[in-house]
Amino acid sequence: MCSAGSAKSKSTCVSSWSSAFVLAVPLYWIAVGLLGLSSKASRRTHARAFFPLGALGGLVLAAGACFSLGAEPQSLVLPLGLPDLPFHVRLDSLSAFFLVLLGAVSTGVSLYCAGYFEKSGDGDIRLICLQYHVFLASMAVVALADDAYLFMVAWETMAVASYFLVTTDHRVAQIRSAGLLYLIVAHVGALSILLCFGTLQLGQWSYAFDAMRGNTLSLPWASIAFVLALFGFGAKAGFLPVHVWLPEAHPAAPSPVSGLLSGVMLKTAVYGLLRVSFDLLHTRVWWWGVAALSLGLATALFGALFAAVQTDMKRLLAYSSIENLGVILAGFGLTILFHSYDMNVLAGLALAATLYHCLNHALFKSLLFLVTGSVMHATSHRSLGKLGGLIRRMPWVAAAGLIGALAIAGLPPLNGFASEWMLFQAFLLSPSLPSSYLSMLVPVATAALALAVAMAGYVMVKFYGVVFLGLPREELAQAHDADHWERAGLAWLAGWCVVLGLLPALVLAAVDPIARALVGATLHDATQESSWLFLTALQPERASYSAPLFLLGIVVTVLATFLLVRRFYHGRVRRSAPWDCGFGPLEPRMQDSAEGFSQPVKQIFESFFKVERLQPSPFDAQPLYRSRIEDRFWYWIYVPVIWFAELISSLVAVLHHGRIHLYLIYSFATLLVLLLLIQ
Amino acid sequence: MNPGFLVSQLFQTLLAVLLAPLVVGWVNQCRAWLQNRSGPGLLQPYRVIAKLFRKDAVVAHNASWLFRFAPYAVFGCMVLAVSIVPLLATDLPFSPAADVIALVGLLALARVWMSLAAMDVGTAFGSLGARREMFVASLAEPALLMVFFTPALISQSTALTTIVETLAHRELTLYPSLAFAGVAFVMLLLAENARIPVDNPATHLELTMIHEALILEYSARHLALLEWAHALKLMTYAGIGIALFLPWGIAAAGQWGVMPLSVLALLAKLLLGGAALAALETVSAKMRIFRVPEFLGMAFLLAVLGMLTRLLLGSAG
Amino acid sequence: MTLPLTHQLINLMACLLLLIAFAMVSQRRILRLIYLFALQGLVLSVNTAVVAFATHQPHLYFSAALTLGIKVLALPWLLHRLIDRLNIRWDVETLINIPTTMLVGILLVIVAFNLALPISQLAGTITRSSLGMAMASVLLSFLMMITRRKAVPQVIGFLAMENGLFFAATSATYGMPMVVELGIALDVLVGAFIFGIFFFQIRETFDSLDIHHLEKLKEKT
Repeated sequence: MCSAGSAKSKSTCVSSWSSAFVLAVPLYWIAVGLLGLSSKASRRTHARAFFPLGALGGLVLAAGACFSLGAEPQSLVLPLGLPDLPFHVRLDSLSAFFLVLLGAVSTGVSLYCAGYFEKSGDGDIRLICLQYHVFLASMAVVALADDAYLFMVAWETMAVASYFLVTTDHRVAQIRSAGLLYLIVAHVGALSILLCFGTLQLGQWSYAFDAMRGNTLSLPWASIAFVLALFGFGAKAGFLPVHVWLPEAHPAAPSPVSGLLSGVMLKTAVYGLLRVSFDLLHTRVWWWGVAALSLGLATALFGALFAAVQTDMKRLLAYSSIENLGVILAGFGLTILFHSYDMNVLAGLALAATLYHCLNHALFKSLLFLVTGSVMHATSHRSLGKLGGLIRRMPWVAAAGLIGALAIAGLPPLNGFASEWMLFQAFLLSPSLPSSYLSMLVPVATAALALAVAMAGYVMVKFYGVVFLGLPREELAQAHDADHWERAGLAWLAGWCVVLGLLPALVLAAVDPIARALVGATLHDATQESSWLFLTALQPERASYSAPLFLLGIVVTVLATFLLVRRFYHGRVRRSAPWDCGFGPLEPRMQDSAEGFSQPVKQIFESFFKVERLQPSPFDAQPLYRSRIEDRFWYWIYVPVIWFAELISSLVAVLHHGRIHLYLIYSFATLLVLLLLIQ
Repeated sequence: MNPGFLVSQLFQTLLAVLLAPLVVGWVNQCRAWLQNRSGPGLLQPYRVIAKLFRKDAVVAHNASWLFRFAPYAVFGCMVLAVSIVPLLATDLPFSPAADVIALVGLLALARVWMSLAAMDVGTAFGSLGARREMFVASLAEPALLMVFFTPALISQSTALTTIVETLAHRELTLYPSLAFAGVAFVMLLLAENARIPVDNPATHLELTMIHEALILEYSARHLALLEWAHALKLMTYAGIGIALFLPWGIAAAGQWGVMPLSVLALLAKLLLGGAALAALETVSAKMRIFRVPEFLGMAFLLAVLGMLTRLLLGSAG
Repeated sequence: MTLPLTHQLINLMACLLLLIAFAMVSQRRILRLIYLFALQGLVLSVNTAVVAFATHQPHLYFSAALTLGIKVLALPWLLHRLIDRLNIRWDVETLINIPTTMLVGILLVIVAFNLALPISQLAGTITRSSLGMAMASVLLSFLMMITRRKAVPQVIGFLAMENGLFFAATSATYGMPMVVELGIALDVLVGAFIFGIFFFQIRETFDSLDIHHLEKLKEKT
């Protein structure tokens, strides 16, 4: 297949081998899942055998997709599928990027699963293995699909497999209802995506993406397609107002699955949105960008505020996912805005920032969910009000959690800061937009982004501080650290967070071909030199940031300080009780609870939440304080829709009498009517 | 890289680190004079730091490695921050590595380390300080970013050295946009450095503490490093304010002969700025913590107005 | 290209006008509102004097003196006497909280700036770039009138709106004919008197100056 030849043919040879590997991995995953289903090994052996195999598949996928990033798109037509619509598969740079994301994250999560699932008693490990690997395979096929039919098949498989994974612990009623809500919203979104594809094929009845690329839609139809895509993919990504399933479903699932849901599945929705808006639609209108930008900023602010007032670990992380998806959508909107005014280099910058943030969020969010999984295993508590002081009992998990928390808060020199830096630079360039309204409004909108980012810092200090620092609020002496498999998974993800923060040029080199394909220009058009050390926006004189030098500066100053202090002033360290203001011994209950930490946000932003408080009175024998924070969107949109659906179904129920004669009369009448019509 | 630039960078960093407690001492002395009492002397902060270094550290039983590591991390971040700001000259070899947004991120990093260390001991004061500090910061950061927007628009860059070079070489004109941004920056300086009216740097009452609550549990060399870092933060903010709004006197790249003059200019500006800060603190009262969002909202508003003025008036603003 | 000092001063005055309009929207105390209004009048008269100096039109000096007399001295004194006799010194209550009001204010400023951009490119006066700021302060004063519950801040908002219009007139057309200016000044003075009389009547009828009591006057159907 490959013969010794010139470098170009060697690179195409490598890329064809790598694309073959990439295409083989989904099948490999399904095979692993089926093997796991049929295996009769004990729980421990099962977990330790099959999940590392899945991790290996993820590694191969990530490595193979890396090679395909810069290569030419490769298409394949499989002999499966409908008679006149066989499965089309295509691996271009956009798919490759999301496959790298999937592969990298799934490697870490699968390694973690090998240690996690052997311990927890709920759910049949063989079923979990099958569902897990089918889930991974379907997400890979979504990124590879090149026609609407395969895309929808993979999309639905992804939804169904994740539904089963979410309801692993199906004996708990709350988890069942969370799964039901998830399934309903996922199907509403899938319906909208289907309608979007129907709009795109423009009456030619060819659902292959190549045919859709060739179509040129008139402006109203293109706008309809865009809005349908935004709604449909937004239902999967958790944009406002179709986000209500996210805070229910992600906490209900087992922690590694939550990590995959937040980290990778939400990004497949972003992939779909990018594919439809940039690859399949050829027009770009400015108000699409404004709509996406405002929706994204609203989602980001909503997620940040709600995350700040949560008391359950995993719900907090779920709302934080909503916030980050809002940031990604805002970047996407900015890309469309720049592109619609033909400012392609700026659009390339915004697109690079958006994709970079996708990758970063996948890594640090899954890391944080895995950390919560270890904490839940060790302490069997989920509520923040019962944890505390775990840094001494679980040092490895705490260290990984610290890296994840610092990354998600957007602090240098980790990866969250690098992508947010690029996004801010893109926003700073928006005063050069031709429309005077937009050139004034978009910079002001930057403040909303900055508020969301700063709130993320607040949320993460709350999360890390309440869980790991301080004193244990309940008896947690039995907490133990993670075992080797779990540590391997955590270390893999944390390591990539650090590496991607220090070497952003790696990611930018990967994003270049995507930007060239989608918006027609890349960052490197503006500046000819690109060094691995500096991250620049357009020209180096305009703005530059170097994470390695930053880290070096911090390390040097910290070391110098430490050595100087040690050399000149080396006093002893004495341990004693913390200062208690003369009141007597300090209780663990005196430190902030999760509600207490969020009190400033709850007070200032009260109009955004729906708060129900139960206050104790001085005459209660056993005083009780309870406050519940609910989402107003549930009462504005979903409760009326549910009421309406029940009304319609109760009207239809009038037709159900239970009498056979009536049903036979219905069939007879329908038959008569059809015969008359055909005549 | 010219070794002269490296020397100049080290000299500037060292000067800032050594001068920072003096600035705090000067502000306290001015405040004492305005309140009609004789102050503790200009060199008091140095004496306090020296005394603290000599003591034995008392650490709580349940404090972890984070508690002992955080003062070094915070001090290191502050030293790095002050070396990004062009105080004396604009030829800083470190400036391509960090621009204004990275500077804001660096200050946020120091703040997060302090908040986490405060929560580490598990006392009520620590978590109170942490939550208030993070809350005030989450409202102040957007305003700070908007303040930086206006000079970045004028000089088409977010690198501080480029901003200083562009602004210093214009003729002396009134720029209303920079005036708005300047007022907003002063308000943010008060908020972020724990000054009246947002926080009282001399209090230990639970009702009024933000910054003091964070460092309540620390002693000896750790406390000395944190106090020094606090002084360095004030120096950084003063340096940013001078660089953005009073950039005349900062030497351009390679002009070694002007260096003594720029040191004198810096000292003069710090003198005036410190006296103005003391005057502002004396005439204001500390506001309730729940009025602070309105204060910061006003700062944000002024910063946005400055940017909009610039966009409206074009090069005349 | 730098502008001469007079142009810069006029731009600065426009910015101060806008700043005072924002400060009035976010103010809580009535006394400070009156002082801010007096300050706004001062800014207005200084601006008129500077325009007079720059364009060598002596009749604008009279206009500046008139503004000084009426808006800086007479009207604030009248309002001060009014609130003394009505005995009101409370915090001003607002319909929506102050940070939200400020955000809406920013949006109005953006709208005003964008509306003013094409006009300022056509006008030939030296102060054309400050037209947007004058319009913005008019809109902000209107916002102040809308978001207040009590009567006195609404009146001050009305007067501040007139200030903004005056500034816009000065910057766009070098002031109005003297007759028109005297007429407007008289109108404003008489209007303030009438407002004062009405406030006493409202207070006697409803025992409070809260505007929503006036809703009781609608017909019952």
